[in-house]
Amino acid sequence: MLRNRRNEAFFALVLVAPFVAIYGLVFVYPTIKLFMISFTDAPLIGDGNYVGLENYLRLPSDRRFGTALWNTAYFVLLTVIPGTLAAFAIALGVNRLAGRLQAAILALFFLPYILPVSVVYLLWDWTLNFQFGIAMYLFDMIGLARIPVFKSTAWFMPAVGVITIWWTAGFSILLFLAGLRAIPMEIYEAAALDNAGRWSTFRRITWPLMWPITALVLTIQLISQLKIFDQVYLFSTGGRPNDNVVMVYYVFQRAFQSDQGGRAAAVAVVLFVIVIVVSVLNFQLTRLSGGRGR
Amino acid sequence: MTETTARRLNIIALITTVLTILCALIWAFPLYWAVVSSLKPEDEVVRPYIELWPETFTVSHYVFALTQTEIGRWYVNSIVTAAAVTVLTVSSSLFCGYAISQLNFPFRNVLWWLILASFMVPMQALIVNHFELVADLGLINTWSGIVLPQLIHPVIIIVYKQFFDGVPKDFREAAVMDSASEWRILTRVYIPMNWGVTTALSIVCFIWSWNSFLWPFLAVTKTNMMTITVGITQVNDAFGVYYARQLTAAVLAGLPVALAYLIFQRRVTEAITLSAGIKG
Repeated sequence: MLRNRRNEAFFALVLVAPFVAIYGLVFVYPTIKLFMISFTDAPLIGDGNYVGLENYLRLPSDRRFGTALWNTAYFVLLTVIPGTLAAFAIALGVNRLAGRLQAAILALFFLPYILPVSVVYLLWDWTLNFQFGIAMYLFDMIGLARIPVFKSTAWFMPAVGVITIWWTAGFSILLFLAGLRAIPMEIYEAAALDNAGRWSTFRRITWPLMWPITALVLTIQLISQLKIFDQVYLFSTGGRPNDNVVMVYYVFQRAFQSDQGGRAAAVAVVLFVIVIVVSVLNFQLTRLSGGRGR
Repeated sequence: MTETTARRLNIIALITTVLTILCALIWAFPLYWAVVSSLKPEDEVVRPYIELWPETFTVSHYVFALTQTEIGRWYVNSIVTAAAVTVLTVSSSLFCGYAISQLNFPFRNVLWWLILASFMVPMQALIVNHFELVADLGLINTWSGIVLPQLIHPVIIIVYKQFFDGVPKDFREAAVMDSASEWRILTRVYIPMNWGVTTALSIVCFIWSWNSFLWPFLAVTKTNMMTITVGITQVNDAFGVYYARQLTAAVLAGLPVALAYLIFQRRVTEAITLSAGIKG
């Protein structure tokens, strides 16, 4: 028996070894390294001298860091709640359909989510092209002035926000649909017997039952939008990257364009801490509200 | 319910259905528009009015992209790296998830908590250190360099652990009674039982890797080593300001994942719902 148990432990260690090795190499080691070099003046590759908190102390007066922080927050504001509401509304609509029609309509809403960001970029860059974009022809038809969307600081973030919602809504729609399907029909039948109207059925039954899913979607959206880079980078090419800079973009600029690994790491640590704090806070909040609800 | 309210409800239902369908068509329009534009001759693409259907069809942009540009090479890079990421991630996660779920070994709980905690860490914050690591290993501009930092997907382990947890203990005990070896129990009992999950997770893992942009973009500077997702945005001179050519490149880059989704629709949605359910 003892031999068996030893065998089992040995076999288990063999099984976890590949993952643990990868995990140590591309996760634990880089994370420790990130914190270490944030206290140095290291370039992108190679070591630097210890400079204490200097990289961090520079941040409050660093104007581009302020822009990055603000733009990230602005982007979160533009996408998280509007995107979740849009996805919820679409899911309600799709849920009313049945059979093949439902599958087809869901596929139309979901397809963008499956595409690479660069495809999304090329598609929308074309659709909103100042000279030949189909959207601009529509603007002409309803008598609006054309907008060089990605070259104007005022329009950039809202446009990228809408495109991001378009791109990622499919995912949230999927979660909402799963939630809606899990609500037992009997509850609605009982409500219909009580002569409950459409609105009150929604407000008293659907909404409260869907709240846990809504909270989940909001969380996932919030955390993923804090880490935004790809779209902002791509749409900024040929535009005004310095006005549109977001947190990850700033890390990229410092590290890869200015060759300042230490200063980039300090910005990355700030992002790291923000994401962890938001995740933990959120976990505690859902646990608290879950405890009350159940 | 009176007859008039019933009729009114029916009309509302009809309107919402029509609105939903209309909204879906508008939603998918940019996709349609890109495909249609890529099939038009260049001069037709830039006509100053809207032409929803090409006057003359042409596949010349596709021929150009596949023969005159590096797209073929980028396809190979994307397929190889995404396949490697998928195989390595899914297999290492399967083994790890199985061990944590079914076997007793030292530090099991510590490992489990580490995996759960790593879930919160933003990988984007690690780009500087990933670059240094991959550069130190001499892997910049190589397939291995593109693959390496993409191998961490804690979600997949967590999904596997939950599935293995759901298998009744009797299976294991019966197999141990038959004095089957540990390896046999895993490969003959547990893995076949979970083929569905493995397929679903493999498909989404492949799609995630195919679509990943930031890391492959940093890890490669030579155009012939780019993945297609990066290549089509970086090499403008290959396409010039030919809009139809650019859209052709976009269609070619999106096609494999779009097809994978349309063919394995149920599996993809299953895997995505599974992995999201855990994030909560």
